[in-house]
Amino acid sequence: MSVLVVGEISNGSLRAASKEAAYYGHLTAQKLGGECTVLLIGEAQDASELGVYGANKVLTVDPGSEGFDSRVYADIIKQTAQSTDAKAVIFMHSSTGKSLAGRVSVALGAGLVSGATSIPEASTNGYSVSKSVFSGKAIATYEITSPTMVISVMGNSFKPEAVGAACEVTANTLSAKTANTQILGRSTQSGTVPLPEAELVISAGRGMKGPENWGIIEELADCIGATTACSRPVADIGWRPHHEHVGQTGVAIRPNLYIAIGISGAIQHLAGVNNSKVIVVINKDPEAPFFKAADYGVCADLFDVVPRLTAALKNA
Amino acid sequence: MNSLVCISKTPDTTAKISFVDGNTAFNEDGVSFILNPYDEWYALVRAIELKEEKGGKVTVINVGDPSNDIIIRKALAIGADEAVRINKKAESSADVALQVAEYVKNNNFDIIFLGKETIDYNGAEVGAMIAEHLDLDYVSFASKMESNGDGFKVTRDIEGGIEEIALSAPFVISAAKGLAEQRIPNMKGIMMAKRKPLNVVEPVGFNGHVNVASFSLPSEKGGVTMVDPENMEELVRLLKEEAKVL
Repeated sequence: MSVLVVGEISNGSLRAASKEAAYYGHLTAQKLGGECTVLLIGEAQDASELGVYGANKVLTVDPGSEGFDSRVYADIIKQTAQSTDAKAVIFMHSSTGKSLAGRVSVALGAGLVSGATSIPEASTNGYSVSKSVFSGKAIATYEITSPTMVISVMGNSFKPEAVGAACEVTANTLSAKTANTQILGRSTQSGTVPLPEAELVISAGRGMKGPENWGIIEELADCIGATTACSRPVADIGWRPHHEHVGQTGVAIRPNLYIAIGISGAIQHLAGVNNSKVIVVINKDPEAPFFKAADYGVCADLFDVVPRLTAALKNA
Repeated sequence: MNSLVCISKTPDTTAKISFVDGNTAFNEDGVSFILNPYDEWYALVRAIELKEEKGGKVTVINVGDPSNDIIIRKALAIGADEAVRINKKAESSADVALQVAEYVKNNNFDIIFLGKETIDYNGAEVGAMIAEHLDLDYVSFASKMESNGDGFKVTRDIEGGIEEIALSAPFVISAAKGLAEQRIPNMKGIMMAKRKPLNVVEPVGFNGHVNVASFSLPSEKGGVTMVDPENMEELVRLLKEEAKVL
């Protein structure tokens, strides 16, 4: 019996999310008994490092073609889950994990809880796992009753801790389906942590008055290594790139710190950010609804406050 | 090119969330329900655009009881040609995926569209499940879809960027913002929707593996601490020492 974690790779190295997934798998293996095995589809030069976060071993499988194909990957994961006698199959709740978890649950006849924020606990008829629902307005606890369970873990729910040492990496060969789809290209911003994984996020909205004023936001973000984000109107009018839009129709995030600057806090915006651990709101309108959802508020002109905050952080 | 669009009913974003039956069921009393925005704004409209480009038919499918007919009629008013309702209150996303997959097995579709997730449970489960039941290709979080020879070129959102994929029908595609522009139903569409077919189909048997044991509400926020705008050193101190996030 074992726990199988599906790791993610980008440009030949582990994605940070893989470490959180391995650590979650380790905690789950402690509950269920058995080992934590991480499956990597493709090669990662730092694969053995997953042992530090709780993997007992890493299996790598060559997908046989370039790029991600959910049909092929799900087949590889299903076969590996069967050969390792996996009781739980763990994904991150990422663009990759969301494309695979449903497929693998059907392939294994297993119950699925997606976006989990807790470790499975033994319950009356199986295992119980919780997740945030209704845009963070409630928590649902599910009971999974199938012999195998599939879980995707909400990013930034578990801070990976060093619990072991580098582990063995074994290449596995298996005969899987072949891909019908072809990846034509991929472009990602480099140098910053992607929003769904970011622990610190600086977000700005219409209060900025124009795209030419974003320098002060970028300077603030740079001085604490934060990722920048924006509200929907700002993305819609093209002041900022689409992938920066956080909120209900954009990216949902749960950083440790979310600083919202010149954003009024419409309910659709809050739906994407109210799982943040700490929210700071900077807005000159004392009636801005965002203050009700904030932990700390500064009511003043952002063009005065933001440079002052940057200076205070640099001097701290 | 015949498309099937899976549509869901969700509570409005502003709905008050409460629970009944010993916190095991969502309290629908007084809640206004809407067509899930990702299904309506992006998946359905892109399917209609595709029909306008290439001909064919757009069918919408929903798993639900007769109270869902109102949102199904809205999809018809926006421009779907016909509708199917699988006649049961869905137990879970796995139930929905099974019912839709069974319907597709008996009826031919080139592309199955759905929103990237519903705004209540945010699971993004159904599309992947349908694709696996039918052994079809699946592209999730599509923000652009263009004809590319006999097939399509689809752009999907990934963490901090995009990926471009070439593929051919049949496939399942989940829609993110950008795939299409929202359309508002006009009076003619609303009148025509009343005469479009809405076929009610009985469900197949379903054995679930997951159920909600209980709901709870998150702990209340402690209220906002206002900081003097002249004293940003104090905000930095609070973030470091009180909140411990820096």
